[in-house]
Order: sequence, then structure tokens, then C-alpha cells
Amino acid sequence: MKQCSFDVVVVGGGHAGCEAAYAAARMGANTALVTLKQSDIGVMSCNPAIGGLGKGHLVREIDALGGVMGVVADKAGIQFRLLNRRKGPAVQGPRAQADRKLYQEHMQRALGATPSLQIIEGEVASFEFEGDTVVGVNLIDGAQIKTKTTILTSGTFLNGVIHIGNERKSGGRMGDKPSVPLANQLLSLDLKMGRLKTGTPPRLNGETIDWSVLDSQPGDESPTMFSFLHDRPFANQISCGITFTNEATHDVIRKNLEHSSMYGGYIEGVGPRYCPSIEDKVVRFADKTSHQVFLEPEGLSDKTVYPNGISTSLPYEVQVNYVRSMKGLESVEILQPGYAIEYDFVDPRALSSTLELGGYHGLFLAGQINGTTGYEEAAAQGLVAGLNAAAVALDRDPITFSRADSYIGVMVDDLTTLGVTEPYRMFTSRAEYRLTLRADNADQRLSPLAQDLGILGPDRVSGFEVKMEELQAGRAILDNLKVTPSDLEKIGITSKKDGQKRSLFQVLSFPGTDLGTINQLYPEGLGISDRIAVQLKNDATYATYAERQKREMEVLKRDEKTIFPETFVYDDIDGLSSELRKKLTLVRPDNIAQAARIEGMTPAALVLLLAKIKKFHQAKSA
Amino acid sequence: MDTIYALATAHGKAGVAVVRISGPDAWSVAGKLCKLPSLKRNGLRKLVSPQGEFLDEALVLVFEAGASFTGERVVEFQLHGSIAVIQAVMSELAKQPETRLAEPGEFTRRALENGCLDLVQVEGLSDLIEAETQVQRRQANRVLSGELGAQVEVWRNNLIRGIALLEVTIDFADEDVPEDVSSEVLTLFAEVIDGIEQQTRGFSAAERVRLGYEVAIIGAPNVGKSTLLNMIAGRDAAITSEIAGTTRDVIEVRMDLNGLAVTLLDTAGIRDTDDKIEKIGVERALARAKDADLRVMISLPDDQLDIETGVNDILVDGKGDLWPNAIYPVSGETGMGVDRLMEDISSRLSEMASGAGLVVRERQNSAMLTALQFLQSAHDLTEIGSEQYDLAAEEARYGLRSLEALLGRVGVEDFLDEIFSSFCLGK
Repeated sequence: MKQCSFDVVVVGGGHAGCEAAYAAARMGANTALVTLKQSDIGVMSCNPAIGGLGKGHLVREIDALGGVMGVVADKAGIQFRLLNRRKGPAVQGPRAQADRKLYQEHMQRALGATPSLQIIEGEVASFEFEGDTVVGVNLIDGAQIKTKTTILTSGTFLNGVIHIGNERKSGGRMGDKPSVPLANQLLSLDLKMGRLKTGTPPRLNGETIDWSVLDSQPGDESPTMFSFLHDRPFANQISCGITFTNEATHDVIRKNLEHSSMYGGYIEGVGPRYCPSIEDKVVRFADKTSHQVFLEPEGLSDKTVYPNGISTSLPYEVQVNYVRSMKGLESVEILQPGYAIEYDFVDPRALSSTLELGGYHGLFLAGQINGTTGYEEAAAQGLVAGLNAAAVALDRDPITFSRADSYIGVMVDDLTTLGVTEPYRMFTSRAEYRLTLRADNADQRLSPLAQDLGILGPDRVSGFEVKMEELQAGRAILDNLKVTPSDLEKIGITSKKDGQKRSLFQVLSFPGTDLGTINQLYPEGLGISDRIAVQLKNDATYATYAERQKREMEVLKRDEKTIFPETFVYDDIDGLSSELRKKLTLVRPDNIAQAARIEGMTPAALVLLLAKIKKFHQAKSA
Repeated sequence: MDTIYALATAHGKAGVAVVRISGPDAWSVAGKLCKLPSLKRNGLRKLVSPQGEFLDEALVLVFEAGASFTGERVVEFQLHGSIAVIQAVMSELAKQPETRLAEPGEFTRRALENGCLDLVQVEGLSDLIEAETQVQRRQANRVLSGELGAQVEVWRNNLIRGIALLEVTIDFADEDVPEDVSSEVLTLFAEVIDGIEQQTRGFSAAERVRLGYEVAIIGAPNVGKSTLLNMIAGRDAAITSEIAGTTRDVIEVRMDLNGLAVTLLDTAGIRDTDDKIEKIGVERALARAKDADLRVMISLPDDQLDIETGVNDILVDGKGDLWPNAIYPVSGETGMGVDRLMEDISSRLSEMASGAGLVVRERQNSAMLTALQFLQSAHDLTEIGSEQYDLAAEEARYGLRSLEALLGRVGVEDFLDEIFSSFCLGK
């Protein structure tokens, strides 16, 4: 390959890499995505599903920012379910089973059709540094790609070790080799690293499953899409099967525990508590005699089935035995054994909130390498890194997200401030402003930012503007029309008989009241579409909470604007304990809000920091 | 931006105490207690609670945003330096929904942010803030190891468990978890609500104003209690009222002791007796003595008094003029040792009332009152059912956060720990 030069080079074509490259290119940066195999771009190496609780929020936010994940997931979705449908809209999360092949195909197509994005096949062996600035990447074949900024999204490939029983081999994913030279160079950068592990279940041949004896779980009747651009699925829809482990299954596992890589002491990495292996489940919850297993088809034209809930690192023969002990799986064939994988990650506290690596210039990290798990978490980081790498290359302002505006902001802040002790996964409970940061209003929260950045396509811009106009008009109608308690009684709504008139928006906030109920008072209709009515109902439901949260969010946003100068030194501040100095130096908070969340931070220390920042700015302007 | 308030002067015995309210709602909140004087002009005002209770007569100062210590709208109440008065005013402010008690250093921080502080001043101030923080931490630890400790531990566990249950149905809805956790959550929340109600019931600041501190004089019959009281009463011009009664009743003498409202209680002589009426008197004496803030125990050398004594209690030797070897001789007859006794009483009460004690007690009380409102609505929302769990969890978290001064910080990881240790999750 001839030598060439880019604004942004993305290393890795997984979920973080795809979103990063797509974002950078949309920013107008001349972008290259370097990956081992072009055909592996967008591969789902774990379960064939996108979204879920907290994760669905992330996908919506990515979409609101013009990202690619939601669009591709919609096109590849073969079963859509809105989780928590019967709970409050703030905690509802869209989820879809995806056809693995369709997902890859649509992802590759989307990236291929992106102007100023070039895909390069190759293995990156090292970064080229000039001082502490990354100026290029060297490929294993000797070629060099020059670049202004680089985003590393190497997933589990850093010192990846795959375990099946007592067998172990190097690799980042079954069938792929790990990135050893790159890992060695990263180690030489003296970064704080840690080791994590994750597991996968055996893949089953769906043609050898007796589906007739199993319960099935269908998708929603009216599916909820990820992308604000779509209102219905593209692919044919399927159901998943459900089976259960039983005492016999547990017996097999208990008897063979010493052969498990994890229980046999072969693994040192820390695994996620929310995704335990079947060995873990049987040991830790010994009184539970049965665990649910979802049988998820990996695609419409793929016989592979992903049995969700039984990830393992037991030897192959044991896997066969315990799988076949389950109903419907008596004569099932294993296509690929389950395995556990250990890998290195970089302590994300070394990153700034743009995901740039501290102490260096132009090097960004995104995805599992930062200690997270999940496609959605990876993609969201890819987006942040992509936007900011492009911003650096094009000399534009950094683009940061706040806990007050998005789950993306919550995740980036958690990672860069608190670090990780187990693979980090998004939960709605991590977002303190959960009632305000909803999946349904992701576009209202984030699309204006994307519009300002110029990364929202024209179709999205016009769609968003129409929606906002309709919303405002609808809201005005509801605010202006007032009704009395006796009006409400006519349509079966009981309210306090205080003679007070209430606006329709207030009435809409009553539990169980929707616009359909209210419409009975207005036979001629209110002129509000169903789509907008749902949105308004959601807004009304949380109106009083939103007020309360808004006050707190304002304080947070103000603190986020008090930024530490890049050359800020913590060592010469009198009155800071040495422990706090150490923590501050490790985290290097971007702003006072982030500093306040560092464990052990005291009010006095914050006042000192604030004063120091002010002094710094005063000295500068003097 | 929240409106915050706190005692701005040093805690403890002082002639004047300044309570500062700062923030956008400062004027309207202060305006609920008195008619505010016009800007830049101070005014002497009677502070009266919205329920009509007289709190104190105070000098009231009103500052416009940009012309105050913090740079925000500020009202300052210059109160009489009585602990009880300060508590009464602070309690009223705690009840206002627009306000909350300032964190350590919060006034300074706002001043700094609004450019109202000379940067040189800041480092000195940070020492003060640090000290305040340390004192609070120590006090919080004292609570945990003290009487309230066991109770607080139950609250903490109940709330973590309750919220974790709500959260597990929300964040793991697609897994094998119960859908309806209302009954367990309701029990957990109700326990905390009951507990807080019991704790806060005894604490009425208005009552404190009326009663001040109680000092019981106890001892066997004929050790010179009444003579001593009379001596004190006779010398002290600050006596505000005297309730006469039979010798078998508890006699109260109210006085002002160095700025503290103090009620001296003369109790019936304590002894075993068959006389029904006297027995009642003795029981009453014991009960009052137990509830008093401080006890002065008068004994003669050969007395065997079966009463528990606290660290703060003062043990004196009665009829001290008659016992040359007495350690702490006091005599109402001759006035011997009375000055020393009054000084001791005064200093022990000030100690009790001063320092972080007041602030922490007030902080705990206002924390519990605030938490109570949130937990009550969390409880009510949980009762409606799983469609309101998101709101119930929100309210419960606010409740938990209000109790931070008592419970310590509780974060997402605490809920997740509880969730992962109780439920087998992961598909």
C-alpha cells in the first residue's frame, strides 16, 4: 500500500470502531478505518441482540446524534421488544434480536457509502510517535499511515487469552489472533492496566433443537424501533425459544467444576456480576433449582442458535452433557463451544472526557479496551472518540457530554472519574436524572447539538424540526385549554373537587390518563397526532420531577463549565491531602463537577481547587 | 440554584448569633418569618413562625444580589445568642421547601464563584471548612456508635434493600426476577418512616425555647436541696418565674444563665417510703431527673443513693459547711461553693449546646424531616404498583440522600451489590 495521510485513523472495526469512523467522517474529517478483515466489520461476537435497559437509551442517543448503530439494528432486527412496557416511559428500553449477517451487511454498506471514509485491511503493529503526539500507525506489512489523530478500539484483543476447560490459547475472539505487538507498545507507555474476563455460551445448531416442546417468546405486536428515522421493521420477524436448566444440568456442572477454567483457577481476570457463567449461577445460587435459558436464533438464514444464560468455560464434553440435559436440547449439536476470554484493559481514569488519552496527544481509546462490556457501550464511546478526534484534527472545539444531558455523559463520567472494577455495563439506575434522560426524548436532548455540529443528515434535520414544531404546538394547546373537576368527571377522571381549573397538560399528568381519554371532551379533536400525544403524555408524567431535576442539573452544568487549565498542577496546592493529590493527578478531572465526584473529595479541597483555577485565569488575563 | 441557610457565627455561647440565608429565594423565605426591612437598612423585627409561634426578636439585614457576602440575595438574622433561639429559627427554615441547610464551605464557595472573595482569603477559609467537615464527620461517627447507631443501620439497610428491589424490577426486567415487589418494599419503607417519626417527635425547637435546659437537683431528703435552690433563686435577678408547689412536687425555677434558658428543678428527696403520696413524688423526681439535661447530685458522706450518674452530672457534698473534708462542698445556708457550682453548670450546658453539637443535631433533625417527606411519597407510589416504581425509586433516593448526614453516602454500587447478591442474574 502506498503511503497516505488522514485526519483520523480508527484501529478496529467492531462496534466502537464503526461508530467512531462514521462520526469522524460525518464531522468532515478524512477518515480511515483499519481492520484485520473487512468482512468482519460490525461482527457481533457475543449475543445477537442490540439494546435493552440502559443500553437501548444509548442506542437512541447515538441515533439522535446521527450515528449508525440504531439504523443498522433496525434493518437487521428480527424481533423487537420494548422492555418495561408496563412501567414508566423513563425506564422503557428498546431491544431487538438482530440477524448477525444482516447486521454486518448493513453496517458495511453504511460505512462504505460514507464519503471521506476509507476502509483499509491490515494489522496495526504500532503507533508512530513524535514526542508525545501520535502521528501515524505502522502496519505489520511495513506500511505506514500518517494521521493527525488515532482512535484505538481493539476490544478484547489486547493480550486476549481464550479458555475452554484447561485449554488456553491466545486470541481476541474465537478464530482470531490477539494483537501482541500493539499490546506490547501500549504496555511500554506506562499506562495503568487491568485484566477482565467475560464468557460466551456454546452455539447450538437450531436444526437439532426440538422447538415443538418449548415455549416461545414472540416480539411486540407493534414494534418499537431504535432509529428516529424508522417506524417499522425491515426484516421478517421471528420468536425466540425458552428452556430451563434443571437438577440434572446442575449435577453435571457441579461434578465438573474443577475442570472449569474459572473454578479450576486458570483465570485471574474479574468477570461481570450481571453476566455470570452457568458455573457461577449453580455455585452461588445453589438453592435455585432451575435457570431460564433463551434460545435466540442468530439469523433468518442461519441455523446457529445462541443460548442466552449459560455462558461457560467448562470443557467441550461437559458442555455437551449439560446442554443435552435440558428440555428440547436432548439431541442438540454444539457448533462452537462456549469459552471464557481474558483480556487487558486500560484504566479509563487516564482518559479525558473526550476519551483522549492523558499525557499524549491525538490518541483516543474507545470500547472494551476502556473496561466496558456491550456493543452499545462500545458504540457510544466510539461516537464520542470519533467526534473529538475529528474535532482535534480539524481544530474545532471539543465535544463533551454531561450526566445532565445523556447516558453517554453518565458513562463517560463514570469511566473517567471512578474507573472500573468489573466490566462496565450501562443500567438506568446509573443515571441520576433518569426521569429526564429518556429514550423517547433522546432526539430532543441531543439532536440540536448534532445539528450545530453539522453531522445530522438533511432527512434527520427536517424530521426533527417537524417533530419539534408539532410538539410545541401540541403543548401550547394542552397548556391553554383548561377544564374543571366536573368536566373531568364526565370522562371518568376523579380529581380534587376544589373548583380549580386545570390545564389539559396537568390533567395528562394523572396516572392512567392519556390523550385518548381527554379527547372525549373534544369530539372535534385537538389536532394532536398519536405520535406527539405519546410524547406529551411522557413529558406530563414527569413534569414535576423534571422541574426538580432541572435545578440540580443547572448547578452541575455550571460546575462543568469551570474547567481545569491543561497545565494545572496539583502538587503545589497547600492544604490538599497527599491522598487527594494522588487521586487528582490520576484522574486529571476536566472540570470542577468531575473533581467533586472523585472519591474522598472534601468541600474544603473543592474550594481550594476553585480558588486555584480562578487565580490561574486571573494571572493569565493580567 | 438552591437557597441555603446556616448559622454564620461561631457555635456556642455568644451574645449575638447570625443566621444567614442565601440564594434566589432568600427574601421570600425570610419574609415568611417577618416583614423584611428595605434594602441596605436593618430593622428590628419579631420573628414569628407561620404557625404564629414567637421565635425571637432579631435585627434583620437584607442584601441584594451582588452586594452580599455570597453575591446572591441574602438575608441575615442577628439573633440573641441563645442556643434554643437559634435552634427554633433554624428549624423553621428547615421546614421551608425552598431551602436546605448549607454544606460546609458552601457560602464560601458561592462567594468565590460569584467573584466576591479576595483569593488570598480563600486558603484561610479552607482551614475553617476543613475543620467543620471534620467535626461533622466525627459527630456522624458518634451517632453511628451511639444510641441512634443501631437504628440508623436498620434504616440504611432497609432503604438499600427497598431501592434495590425496585431497581431490580426495572433494570433486569428481561430476566428471571419478580415483577411485583411492593409488599416487601412497603414493609421496609414503613419501618424507616415509623422510626424517623419517633425520632423527630421528641424534637420540637419551639418547645426548646419555652423550656430551655433542665437541671435537676437531686439527693436524699434533708441534704439541703431546697435551701440551695432558694439561695440560687435569691441571688439571681434573672429568675423569670417561680412555680410554687408542695415539697413533694417538683419545683421549677427558671433563670437565665449566661444566655442559656435554664430551669432548675428541685425534686423530692429520694428514699424508699411507704407513704403513697411521697412515693409518687419520688417517682416523679426520678423521672424528671432522668430526662433533665444535667443533674446536680447532692449527697452527705453517709448517703447511699441508688441513681445512675451520667458523665455530665455534677456531684457535690451537701451542707458543705459542716464537713471539713468535703471534695466539693456546697451550702445553701452559707453560700459556700455556690459560685463554683453555677459556673460548672453554666459551662457544662454551654459545652453540651455548643460546638458542632447544635449544628449536627439540627442537621440530623432537618435531614430526617426532609427524608420523611420523600419516603412517605416513595411509600405511596410503591403502593400504586409497578407502573410507578420509577417514581417511587426516585423519591426513595432523594430520601436516602437527605439522610446522608446520618447514613453516610449510598451510591449505585450499594444497590447493585444488594441486587447481585440476592438475585441470580445474567442471561
